[in-house]
Amino acid sequence: MAKVLIENLYKIYPAEKGRPEKVAVDNANVEIQDREFMVLVGPSGCGKTTTLRMVAGLEEISRGAIYIDGKKINEIPPKDRDIAMVFQNYALYPHMSVYRNMAFGLELRGVPKDEIRRRVDSAARTLGLLEPDNLLERKPKALSGGQRQRVALGRAIVRNPKAFLFDEPLSNLDAKMRVETRTEISRLHRHLDSTMIYVTHDQTEAMTMADRIVVMRHGKIQQIAAPLDLYHQPANLFVAGFIGSPPMNFFNGTLTASRQGTLEFVEKVPAGQTPFRCPLSAETSRRLSSRQDREVILGLRPEHLHPNSLTSGSTLEASVEVVEPMGAETFVYLKTGGHTCICRTTQVEFMDLEGKKLNLGPDLSRAVFFDPQTEAAIPA
Amino acid sequence: MMPGEHRNLIKGLVFISPWIVGFLAFNLYPLIASIWFSLCDYSVLSQPVFLGVQNYVDLWHDPVFWKALRNTVVFALVAIPLSSFLSIGLAVLLNQPIAGQGIYRTIFFLPSLVPAISLAILWQWMLNGPMGLVNNLVRPFLNIINAVCGSHLQAPDWLNDPNFALGGLILTGLWGTGQAVVIYLAGLQEIPLELYEAAELDGTSAWQRFLHVTLPMLSPVIFFNVLMSIIGALQTFAVPYILTGGGDGPGRSLLFLATYIYQNAFDYWNMGYASALALCLFVLIIALSLVSVRYGEKKVHYSGR
Repeated sequence: MAKVLIENLYKIYPAEKGRPEKVAVDNANVEIQDREFMVLVGPSGCGKTTTLRMVAGLEEISRGAIYIDGKKINEIPPKDRDIAMVFQNYALYPHMSVYRNMAFGLELRGVPKDEIRRRVDSAARTLGLLEPDNLLERKPKALSGGQRQRVALGRAIVRNPKAFLFDEPLSNLDAKMRVETRTEISRLHRHLDSTMIYVTHDQTEAMTMADRIVVMRHGKIQQIAAPLDLYHQPANLFVAGFIGSPPMNFFNGTLTASRQGTLEFVEKVPAGQTPFRCPLSAETSRRLSSRQDREVILGLRPEHLHPNSLTSGSTLEASVEVVEPMGAETFVYLKTGGHTCICRTTQVEFMDLEGKKLNLGPDLSRAVFFDPQTEAAIPA
Repeated sequence: MMPGEHRNLIKGLVFISPWIVGFLAFNLYPLIASIWFSLCDYSVLSQPVFLGVQNYVDLWHDPVFWKALRNTVVFALVAIPLSSFLSIGLAVLLNQPIAGQGIYRTIFFLPSLVPAISLAILWQWMLNGPMGLVNNLVRPFLNIINAVCGSHLQAPDWLNDPNFALGGLILTGLWGTGQAVVIYLAGLQEIPLELYEAAELDGTSAWQRFLHVTLPMLSPVIFFNVLMSIIGALQTFAVPYILTGGGDGPGRSLLFLATYIYQNAFDYWNMGYASALALCLFVLIIALSLVSVRYGEKKVHYSGR
């Protein structure tokens, strides 16, 4: 159980053989609380794995510091940091049985034989490696991908470390196994009640598992927040687009004064197209008053575009391009005067709409506005 | 068969016909012929005379055959482990990320490009008793030992001393380790880094990582290389034959099965007996290969599925 503190952390790969210097992690500051499940998420090359590897000690720290339970660990070798890591490719010893794979780290640390047996059995039971089939004497190659990953989890658990590190542990599993193992890891977190740092590029994994999420891009931390806070109050355009599936809709446009004295969002369209106009509420107008007659980006989640809405305010007209029925809900891909957007609805009558026009009622009370220059969200 | 398929078959056969002719004339025919000749008295210039299993009976009672077999087996037993350890060690060293890695790799591979004949002639001089380079290296150590222990050890005349000739040949063989090193290097680069990292987090030392990650992950390559070495060692001929100037060494210390086959076939024109020897060697190679595959492969850990 431990608190992990990442302070002004940098990873800089020096210029080499015509390759310019690369800043893989750029001044990261994260405070991971004891027993917290923290997920680092971002597209590939964003620095999330590098950050995790620096916590593990597998990558040298260029600048800054990492503390575990208040103790600076920059110079401490990986094996003495009291952390356990689960790798994407499982990284099991091919010549050892499942039992020995889990026991090996303990043997090297001089843990007594019966204590090892007890811990391995306990972990194996938790992970379902004993029932329905006892897998302990099998070699890794006789296991399925999901089973291998559970052995890798077991190897981490028996060590009883201060913190667990996960490096995309589900990426090599098929879709069904991924969902199962995801739940398993969440359950494990509750059961073990320990600090976990989890790296993934999959925002669904991040949203479903995390207590808090760190969103990274180009080595920089974009936002640190709880999943739903990220979803509803993204700090910038990148976070808004990255978190959520299908992604948030963005509309470029201008805020102009309407006849009622409030502001109105006018879509930016190519010449000859008709823009849609949406009046903002009095409160939102007051908040955005400094932006009058300036360009903004309107961000709206697909579920906040209501088809055939008769609610107050204006509707926007869009032509339906593709309809994707998902069963419980339907994704409708639309084209307005200047933008494409997605509407997500649970109403099933929108199945045969392809090629037709549809009226949408945007729920502007849930909208997020962004500054097109800085891409930052305009604060509430 | 459809007409199109028929035409394709003929085209295909035409394309591989050079190989088929070669295989029939130079592999299959000699194999079958040697089985027949091994049952005959045949001196090439006269017609073969059927003897039954007489050649095999003679072989069983021939002390020179047993000497050749013993030399071959001893050579294989010493040379294969030695060259395996050396080449794995070199490969691990050459896999270290250091400046000039490519240059070192080239240096260690270059000797394997030397043809067997040149290699043997070169080593005749290297192993020369009074003037050889090898003894120039050995002598200072012997001098120290002699000075300390008051002994009178002499640098050996490698190729003229029956006790050292085999040793000389094994040294010569190490010259060609580069070939195996390249294959081991390729194997080492296949080992996922994550395994080393997981082992590091488990608390292993560098030696333990070699033992528990490198060796098991390299085992398919080791198995392949050792199997190839066994086959190669049993067929040893050219280098010792030239090292000894076309002979079999002092006291027949460099007489191998292949050498003895050659002597019987082309020195004594005893083709029937040579064929019997060749078949024995063939059976030996097949048997050892089967044993290796059967028992060795259990220790091999193929990654992936």
